[in-house]
Amino acid sequence: MIKAILIFNNHGKPRLSKFYEHYNEDTEQQIIRETFHLVSKRDENVCNFLEGGLLIGGSDYKLIYRHYATLYFVFCVDSSESELGILDLIQVKPCRFDTIGYCLLVFVETLDKCFENVCELDLIFHVDKVHHILAEMVMGGMVLETNMNEIITQVDAQNKMEKSEAGIAGAPARAVSAVKNMNLPEMPKNINIGDISIKVPNLPSFK
Amino acid sequence: MALKIVKGSIDRMFDKNLQDLVRGIRNHKEDEAKYISTCIDEIKQELKQDNIAVKANAVCKLTYLQMLGYDVSWAAFNIVEVMSSSKFTYKRIGYLAASQCFHESTDVIMLTTNQIRKDLSSPNQYDTGVALTGLSCFVTPDLARDLANDIMTLMSHTKPYIRKKAVLIMYKVFLKYPESLRPAFPRLKEKLEDPDPGVQSAAVNVICELARRNPKNYLSLAPLFFKLMTSSTNNWVLIKIIKLFGALTPLEPRLGKKLIEPLTNLIHSTSAMSLLYECVNTVIAVLISLSSGMPNHSASIQLCVQKLRILIEDSDQNLKYLGLLAMSKILKTHPKSVQSHKDLILQCLDDKDESIRLRALDLLYGMVSKKNLMEIVKKLMLHVDKAEGTTYRDELLTKIIDICSQSNYQYITNFEWYISILVELTRLEGTRHGHLIASQMLDVAIRVKAIRVFAVAQMATLLDNAHLLTGNTQRNGICEVLYAAAWICGEFSEHLENPTQTLEAMLRPKVATLPGHIQAVYVQNAAKLFATVLKGEEGNTDSTAAQEASQLMIDRLPLFVQSANLEVQERASCILQLVKYIQKLQQKDVEVAEEVNALFAGELNPVAPKAQKKVPVPEGLDLDAWINEPPSESESEDEQPKAIFAKEEPKHSRPRHTEVDEKELARRREARKQEQANNPFYIKASPSSQKVYQEAPGVEHIPVVQIDLNVPLKVPGLPMSDQYVKMEEERRQKERAEKKKKEKKKRKEKRSGRGKKHDSAPESEEDITPAHMVDIVTEEMPENALPSDDDERDPTDPHKALDIDLDKPLADSEKLPVRSHRAAEAQKSPTDGETENATLPEPKKKSSKEKREKKKDKERDRKKSKDEKKKKKHKHEDKEEDLLGGQADEPVLQSEETSQVAEPPASSSTTAEVSDLDFWLSNAPVPSNTQEAATVVAAAAAPAASVTAPNSEPDEPKDTEMEEMKSSKHKKKKQKKEKEEKEKKKKKKHHHHHHHGDGAGDESVQNGTVEEEEPLPPMSNYCLLAENSYIKMMMEDADEVYDIQGNLQDGSQVVVSVIFENKCSSFLKSMEFNVLDSLNSKLQRPEGSGPHDGLVVPFQLPPGVSNEARFVFTVQSIVMPQKLKGTLTFIVKNEDDSTHEKLDFKLHFTCTSYLITTPCYSDAFAKLLESGDLKSSSVRLEGVNMPFHHLLARICFHHHFSVVERIDSCASMYSRSIQGHHVCLLVKTSAQTVSIDAKCDEPTLLGNVLDEIKQTFSQC
Repeated sequence: MIKAILIFNNHGKPRLSKFYEHYNEDTEQQIIRETFHLVSKRDENVCNFLEGGLLIGGSDYKLIYRHYATLYFVFCVDSSESELGILDLIQVKPCRFDTIGYCLLVFVETLDKCFENVCELDLIFHVDKVHHILAEMVMGGMVLETNMNEIITQVDAQNKMEKSEAGIAGAPARAVSAVKNMNLPEMPKNINIGDISIKVPNLPSFK
Repeated sequence: MALKIVKGSIDRMFDKNLQDLVRGIRNHKEDEAKYISTCIDEIKQELKQDNIAVKANAVCKLTYLQMLGYDVSWAAFNIVEVMSSSKFTYKRIGYLAASQCFHESTDVIMLTTNQIRKDLSSPNQYDTGVALTGLSCFVTPDLARDLANDIMTLMSHTKPYIRKKAVLIMYKVFLKYPESLRPAFPRLKEKLEDPDPGVQSAAVNVICELARRNPKNYLSLAPLFFKLMTSSTNNWVLIKIIKLFGALTPLEPRLGKKLIEPLTNLIHSTSAMSLLYECVNTVIAVLISLSSGMPNHSASIQLCVQKLRILIEDSDQNLKYLGLLAMSKILKTHPKSVQSHKDLILQCLDDKDESIRLRALDLLYGMVSKKNLMEIVKKLMLHVDKAEGTTYRDELLTKIIDICSQSNYQYITNFEWYISILVELTRLEGTRHGHLIASQMLDVAIRVKAIRVFAVAQMATLLDNAHLLTGNTQRNGICEVLYAAAWICGEFSEHLENPTQTLEAMLRPKVATLPGHIQAVYVQNAAKLFATVLKGEEGNTDSTAAQEASQLMIDRLPLFVQSANLEVQERASCILQLVKYIQKLQQKDVEVAEEVNALFAGELNPVAPKAQKKVPVPEGLDLDAWINEPPSESESEDEQPKAIFAKEEPKHSRPRHTEVDEKELARRREARKQEQANNPFYIKASPSSQKVYQEAPGVEHIPVVQIDLNVPLKVPGLPMSDQYVKMEEERRQKERAEKKKKEKKKRKEKRSGRGKKHDSAPESEEDITPAHMVDIVTEEMPENALPSDDDERDPTDPHKALDIDLDKPLADSEKLPVRSHRAAEAQKSPTDGETENATLPEPKKKSSKEKREKKKDKERDRKKSKDEKKKKKHKHEDKEEDLLGGQADEPVLQSEETSQVAEPPASSSTTAEVSDLDFWLSNAPVPSNTQEAATVVAAAAAPAASVTAPNSEPDEPKDTEMEEMKSSKHKKKKQKKEKEEKEKKKKKKHHHHHHHGDGAGDESVQNGTVEEEEPLPPMSNYCLLAENSYIKMMMEDADEVYDIQGNLQDGSQVVVSVIFENKCSSFLKSMEFNVLDSLNSKLQRPEGSGPHDGLVVPFQLPPGVSNEARFVFTVQSIVMPQKLKGTLTFIVKNEDDSTHEKLDFKLHFTCTSYLITTPCYSDAFAKLLESGDLKSSSVRLEGVNMPFHHLLARICFHHHFSVVERIDSCASMYSRSIQGHHVCLLVKTSAQTVSIDAKCDEPTLLGNVLDEIKQTFSQC
């Protein structure tokens, strides 16, 4: 059983937290902090297993994590999951785990495919989508599907459905969000034409 | 200005969405909390609006805030609103939010039941999927109870996507609503052989999870899992199964024997590291479970160890870690095989990764020998010096001590070396393990007599340099060492070089900063030292030295008299007065040394930790009897002060002997000796080992000369342990030369020593003789201690840990699933209880004969309770009808369909399963390679079950003709074994009906009308195929039909199960099954065999035995019924001769056998009929004299239909062929006439099906 799946960045900011057992919000935050503390002080190039922290689980639980660029992906699992199997889930090492089926699918790779070169910003702004992808892979703490293509198919089908539901009504909303998402860092604060000075209004929502 | 207005309107039109929220939070880093609180206010406004889109948006934002740690439970009701939106987009948002923040105590959850039920039965698979996913996170006992039935239905959904999720969520349902386990289990078991690998893997997942907690109850599934293991190619599934076997083998060693071979093959063949790792792990588990019984598995162990070596040598740190982890498991049982990889493990000690070093440390425990102990510890000491983190250093420290002290210092050849190691360890800053080092010092000094001189010298130096140890912080754990040092110096002060100096060291003012319990020991032992000093000076004419010592005591002790610690104060003031008195005497030139020394006379013996427990209670002594009159109530007050006193006593966990006043102890010892001498129950002094020990303090035990040769007795300062390594080598060389001489002595010594339990390792093991051969004093035990084996073991003995490991799974029995079994049992009629695995472990113990008898009994019982159950079933049906009538928009599956799908082909009765398991475990030959294993085992597993019958959805008989034949047969040959099994099957069906009734609620049961309580006639699905004097062949009508291609156009496969029963008294072997292929239907033969070759039946039949085999046929067209001629050839083997025999038979494939029971919802059904693609046809049955629900049940059962909707005497039914043809029926009845209007996209098929239905009823 997987007890929790956490993604946080190098500073311990949570980017995704999925608990398969109920904790209250404060405990959840504590667990994230504790896990971050345990994981972040480990060197690169050491193994990805960590005997569990105190808050989540106990001796029966292990933390299995991977560190990619700015993000830590942490699975907290109990002894029934194969340690290596979960690592495969987090991401495949094609040359090593070159076996049929489950190796094809890995969380990060799926994210990568779904977001087209995933980066931290994708996770920040689309945490709901990450949740939906995760839901196709792990359900209630158990591994549901390990075939990446299958997962992507299902995720795409659901997204398509969402789009078709939005239909024409969704078009203006999409346009607005596209405008909002435009990066306008170089927008000048003041425009000076001759002696006329126009103050550009502050548009917080444009950033 | 204008822009502002525009912006404002935009804001109003398009509320802040999730992305805006995130962006906003990022832009307000400095006042994040404030920004978020304004956002929450906005969200509250949004939630008040009626627009569902706005609400969904708000809920989406709340989900994000929840992740940041904000409590959003106040919005629970709004989340439910969003969940119930008809749009998938919003529904998904709602369910996600619910899954993140709902839990058992969320009260609005109870409002969701109907909504979730609606979503579960939604025609849109993603609505269902999203509901299942959400439910998996917040399912409560109530939800589980209410929805269990709906979810169970979904387990047979047409879409694998839904099946998969439904199967997986069942685990959660079981947890919350344990009663559902028994009813749902058969279907879950079916899913193990689902054609879709995802569903299969989900089922394996669930069962493994269940079995992990409670392996016993799932032992009966072993054959099925074995089959899966040998056939599956999905590594994820394999890993799960292999893990499961790891849990099962401790319960059934025979299973382990069976597993070894295929597992070994997998280890050889697989390239997947994760699979390899799991295989190795399970093989280890197997080997542990077999333990000593199988000496010939050393090859397997070697293989495992080799493979693990590969893992450990890998550059990937994860593999290294796992390799070491697994290696430590082998170490417990087969230390020798691991020892050969010492080099590798030592290498891992240098790894930069702490996790790996820790693992390697664990392994070191088993690596040491007399030869390499010093070398290994030297290496560890280097690590101690280098180690930066205290955790790892502490770990190292404990490991060093563990390694050295294991098995009663078995591997230590030179205790001087060990003492110096301990002394070196005291230099560690800030370790928490000071007490550990201290207790080692005490232990060694007390038990190894020859080392005392050296130990005392070392301890004196330690005391001298105490300021180095105590350092700056008083909390420094290492100062515990001083406790040991002080005690050793005091107790063995006669060995001190310069007692005065040590005495001075012990009375330094700085000592007062030490913890109280250490000061107490200091004071007490200062007194002992003082006595020694007096004794040493006695002969001298000049008594200044002695007087100086007295003065020193008198000067320094007042410091301790002022101590806040009661113990210190008490001892100090007592001793102070004593010394003052002595000083007076000294001034009068009175010889006091003798008397002062008498204070501390006698020697302490180490007492075994369990000695107290082992003192036998003398005969006639009743410890529970009152000695005086029992105290009255009023007396309790008198006892109060005592309790207070007890509380105030310091509670340091110190060795007992130091805590008690030395004098007192000596006195008690004397008293005891006296008492023992007078006590007739004690064996008298002469054989007492204690006495021998005391009277002859090691004169003959210690080869004094030898030690003196090697060991420099005067060591300047603290010697480095390294010196000893060198010295040890020299010594060993010398010894080799003197070996002969020594051996003689050794033998003698051995004989002279009393029967030691802790005798060091057998000499044969190592050639090295320790420097302090017999010095290890055995711990004292009471004279006639009761011998007991188990607790005799050293607590650090790896075998003891092993014991616990094996017991663990058993102890887990309090876990939920078991309770569920019991609970469910309690609710049912007594006969029900027998039918499932719950009772499995119990009958298992019984002999096979008993089992058979029991089976018969059950059979009888079952018959009795049959009618009753049928009644229940009908009630249930009735209730279902009510449902249909009441809520037509809610597509409820008819009970018939449900029950039939649920029908467990896999579950014969417990006893049968057990005996089958026994059979499987004992009879099946161990296959020599995996491929073979697969086939052979599959065959062997077949009888085990009706258990293993794969994808059994359409399990009902379709061939009426045969059915009838069978029925008649049935009556004639009741005593036959298969008959019994058939009976059981039927039983099962009813049984399950019953459960459905339970699951769906009982309110409507009372409404059942009298007419409907009439029992259904038995329906069964085996028919006689052919029979002669030798053999009988029965065919299971329920040809399991499935389309393994997944391609509807491409021809489909039909599986035929045939039971072979040996009717004669001879052995039947070499059975070959052959069928003349037609153009349309072909028997699938293994590759490479010709079209006319027979298939070898993969088993032999001893007399009276029956077994089941499955044959696969490929069918091109399914619109016409088929008849195939076949022959079975076999050899009848008698004692002296054998004859070839053959038996002809005809296989009949009806058209209905190609139909699959498929649930269909009324709206989908209506659409189908409206589409106009279907050709219609109809048939009229006259004189059908049976209740309408019987009629429907028959059609469902024999012809694989499911009821879509039923209104009064009219019902619509649906089925689908394996090639995707839709078959729809409208059945009406009025006065013994039944009219069936049917529609199908394939008229020929339809015609044939209708003919077959007609035939079914014409035979009634």
